[in-house]
Amino acid sequence: MANRPVAIRRALPGALAAACVAAFVASALGAVLWFAGGGGWPDAADWAALRFTVMQAGLSAVFSVTLAIPVARALARRSFPLRGALIVLLGAPFILPVIVAVMGLLTVFGRSGIVSDFLALLGLPKLSIYGLHGVLLAHVFLNLPLATRILLQGWQDIPAERFRLAATLGMGPAQIQRFLEWPMLRATAPAALLAVFGMCLNSFAVVLMLGGGPKSTTLELAIYQAFRFDFDLGRAATLAAIQALLVGGVVWIALRFTRLDGQGAGMDRPRHIWGAGSRWLRLQDTLLIVLAALFLLVPLGAVVLRGVVGLADVPPSVWGAFGASVSVALVSTVLAVVVSLWVAIAALRWGWTEVLATLGLSVSPLVLGTGLFLMVNPWINPARLAFAVTALVNAVMLIPFALRVIAPALRAIEADYGRQADILGLTGWARMRLLILPRARRGLGFAAGLAAAMSMGDLGVIALFADPHQATLPLQMYRLMGAYRMEAAAGAALILLGGSLALFWIFDRWGRGDAKA
Amino acid sequence: MKYLALASGLIAATAAVADTPVLTIYTYDSFISDWGPGPAVEKAFEAECACDLQFVGAGDGAALLGRLKLEGARTQADIVLGLDTTLTHDAIATGLFAPHSVSASYDLPVTWDDAYFVPYDWGYFAFVKNADQDGPSNFRELADSPLKIVIQDPRSSTPGLGLLMWVKAAYGDQAPAIWQGLADNIVTVTKGWSEAYGLFLEGEADMVLSYTTSPAYHLIAEQDDSKAAAAFDEGHYMQIEVAGKVAATDQPELADKFLAFMVSDAFQSIIPTTNWMYPAVIPADGLPKGFETLIHPAKSLIVPVDMADAVRAQALEEWLTALSQ
Amino acid sequence: MLRLENVQVAQDDFTLNADFTIDRGARVAVIGPSGAGKSTLLNVIAGFQPLTAGRVWLNGQDITDLSPGQRGVSMLFQDNNLFPHLSVAQNVGLGLRPDLRLTTTQQDQVRAALVQVGLGGMGDRKPAQLSGGQQSRVALARVLVQRRGLVLLDEPFAALGPALKMEMLDLLAQVLDGTGATLLLVTHDPEDAKRIAPLTMLVADGMAQAPVQTAALFAAPPAALRAYLGDSVDLPRNL
Repeated sequence: MANRPVAIRRALPGALAAACVAAFVASALGAVLWFAGGGGWPDAADWAALRFTVMQAGLSAVFSVTLAIPVARALARRSFPLRGALIVLLGAPFILPVIVAVMGLLTVFGRSGIVSDFLALLGLPKLSIYGLHGVLLAHVFLNLPLATRILLQGWQDIPAERFRLAATLGMGPAQIQRFLEWPMLRATAPAALLAVFGMCLNSFAVVLMLGGGPKSTTLELAIYQAFRFDFDLGRAATLAAIQALLVGGVVWIALRFTRLDGQGAGMDRPRHIWGAGSRWLRLQDTLLIVLAALFLLVPLGAVVLRGVVGLADVPPSVWGAFGASVSVALVSTVLAVVVSLWVAIAALRWGWTEVLATLGLSVSPLVLGTGLFLMVNPWINPARLAFAVTALVNAVMLIPFALRVIAPALRAIEADYGRQADILGLTGWARMRLLILPRARRGLGFAAGLAAAMSMGDLGVIALFADPHQATLPLQMYRLMGAYRMEAAAGAALILLGGSLALFWIFDRWGRGDAKA
Repeated sequence: MKYLALASGLIAATAAVADTPVLTIYTYDSFISDWGPGPAVEKAFEAECACDLQFVGAGDGAALLGRLKLEGARTQADIVLGLDTTLTHDAIATGLFAPHSVSASYDLPVTWDDAYFVPYDWGYFAFVKNADQDGPSNFRELADSPLKIVIQDPRSSTPGLGLLMWVKAAYGDQAPAIWQGLADNIVTVTKGWSEAYGLFLEGEADMVLSYTTSPAYHLIAEQDDSKAAAAFDEGHYMQIEVAGKVAATDQPELADKFLAFMVSDAFQSIIPTTNWMYPAVIPADGLPKGFETLIHPAKSLIVPVDMADAVRAQALEEWLTALSQ
Repeated sequence: MLRLENVQVAQDDFTLNADFTIDRGARVAVIGPSGAGKSTLLNVIAGFQPLTAGRVWLNGQDITDLSPGQRGVSMLFQDNNLFPHLSVAQNVGLGLRPDLRLTTTQQDQVRAALVQVGLGGMGDRKPAQLSGGQQSRVALARVLVQRRGLVLLDEPFAALGPALKMEMLDLLAQVLDGTGATLLLVTHDPEDAKRIAPLTMLVADGMAQAPVQTAALFAAPPAALRAYLGDSVDLPRNL
């Protein structure tokens, strides 16, 4: 088949958008460097922090995705009551503010958690999850759902026709794995790895909370030190730049290793559960689903229980904050999804656009916020831009995730239908309306749900731009905690969880709406 | 004609708003939260100043100073409220602050004669435990005990830095050895106070680094007397929170007025049950009921302001080395 | 009139040369061993395959640098000719206006085309609800409404059974009778050529040869064609 690049005209808006994202990040870094009057060279401790950051993020990504593969497969080939609800619920951990998620996790794995209590009954010592293993456990808890969802999407994107073909060829699970699933994973797993790696790279509170001490110093913490202790902005900016370059490199490599052979198109036939398989296989899948559900839902249950108790203590201001967070989430979601769609189109022609647009993944929130502040402050009171900056920063940080979902979907559409659309002269808005939007709807819905839910969490809370009159929900929750009101904070966390899940569900649902038509 | 009247009325109204002087105060975020002193302070001061008091929240104390450095002389702030004695030396060095003219009879365990900053509250760092738990009576006992503690990272948290200064002030050159002894007691080190306190309440540790006044919150706000602070016989490190006038302020009189207001009863009586610290000047009505149950350290430790920078850097170095092994 | 003038495509160790003219309204079968470049030849004409050298002319216009949508060409591929998320009528309507803002007249045209291919009243269905033969009919209905001067078919009926395929070829002939378009049909079955295409061109050994009379070609196949057809060349006729 002839390889046909997308016309420059179609790729230009996305390339421009990607360049804007990169310029946004670069100018913030540049503003900090300019203010500092130059960079500062990282010391040995900073390099150690960089190594540790990359190591923990890499290990977290590998563990999360490795575990997600069998779980996603089990979910893909089994149907059972409440399967849809379970899949939505499994998405909950990664949208929670980390402190809430970790508290939930501790009710199971903590020193006075369920597992420790059980061990104590047997006369065994308590479980200690503080250390690298604890960090990894928490990161798997937070990101297994994300990886599972991305991979599950991949499974669902294999047309039903392929499985029918496999069935007629008498393929067993092993052959299906080799001929259908492995090629799909080659295309999807790098995206999942990258998404989790990105999440863990800036995961600073989790690492600190469970890492057990300064042995687990991440780069973001080194940046904090440069800021707060030494007020060495040059070094902070240098560290942030190193991190950005590193992530850019990883993205580049991951994209090169992603094999882009499409699955071929199907006729949107309703899926049916194929190869019910042996009893052993069924048992294995059931076990996997139950284990994953327990691992993810028991800590979540603890969050919900605590939150229900605290709901009565929640002050009215929390509801105002909820409204503010929902508005921020909706604006950043629209921004992130639209830009991702453009960039995904541009990436069909120029791979580097995807790398540029992903830079938001890597940049230290502290440095980004400081740079923006330096750029804005001489002209306008930053507090007046609180909403806009929060939404914008959220969007920039969400684009990499939305892009991971949307780009493969677009590649598939172009591979399967691009030539027919070309020969029909389907261009511009008509192509968007009649081909891309309907075919990418599932991916767009999922990406939007993901973006909205994550945006409800604590991505873009930048203290320098705080609105004195209207806090976002995560900020309000932290304020409650800071004022000893842990129960009320738990109630606020439950509201946050409920709101995020609802937003996710609504968008994801919209995306799947077309499937049966 | 009607329109003209309306228009002039509008102009008059806008002018009236513009005539109200605005006093902008930068402070840490928890000060202005619904549960902090901010709302009550704003109401009380506006009642007597014929001005508009506006708080701007900026993270915590260290972030506050960082923001001021970023803005330099162009800052909108008239007053910066919420620095502590580990930061004031650094703050004065920026040249952004003006000397004050406030004098008051402070109820501080130490004498206060700083030319630039006025204290508004203070407290002792302490390890908070369950009341029925036997507490150690100093760091050495703690190190030898099997007790588990959770502390905050000095690089991202004010109490975390306070603990560093505490050990350094109490033990000087012995500090590294103390930290090595404590290493196996430390469950984990969190980003901020909220995470650590949350872990403690979840039962993840026997004690948490906080303030001697923390049990007062549980007692007064929740009628819960199950929390207590462990009294250490080598003394407790003090945190004195201060405010200062920005040299470039366009409201110097108003700023002076606020600083004077800050040490008056109207402000000081708000502090104990909103900021959960000791007021710098005990108001006429005394401390709220419940504060009498708190421990009173025999010795108050504090590193002199002009040495804070040097001690801070060395203490961090030692802490990192001791706990990274 | 379609003219390929000294066209060359070179990619890795694959090359294809073409230099021929096809008259307007001609129906040409393209035959040859798999991998020889039959699909590449169609992609060259449709504009999907960049040239190493040469020019492509259609009805006196140099279309070498035009994008596929601008060439006035209809093309059907082996699969994915229909968009599964659009209704049958919409799929056909795309041939009239790619943005589907159809006038009433155009909607009538779509309906009429569907009736002509035997799918009257099925306009609201989705492709998945149709049989394979019916899906091919939808694609042909679109070719019909497009009324393009040149129709390129890259084995679109390969998946159909022999009887159904014959039916489609006859329907195709009918459509072409209506539009007077030139046809290039890639096939691997000599029977297809004999049924619909008076002319046949052989693509083999890196060369797309000029079309010759189909009957004459199969009566006395040259070496390259003989090698492709194998010894059993006459077997189907004898059965």
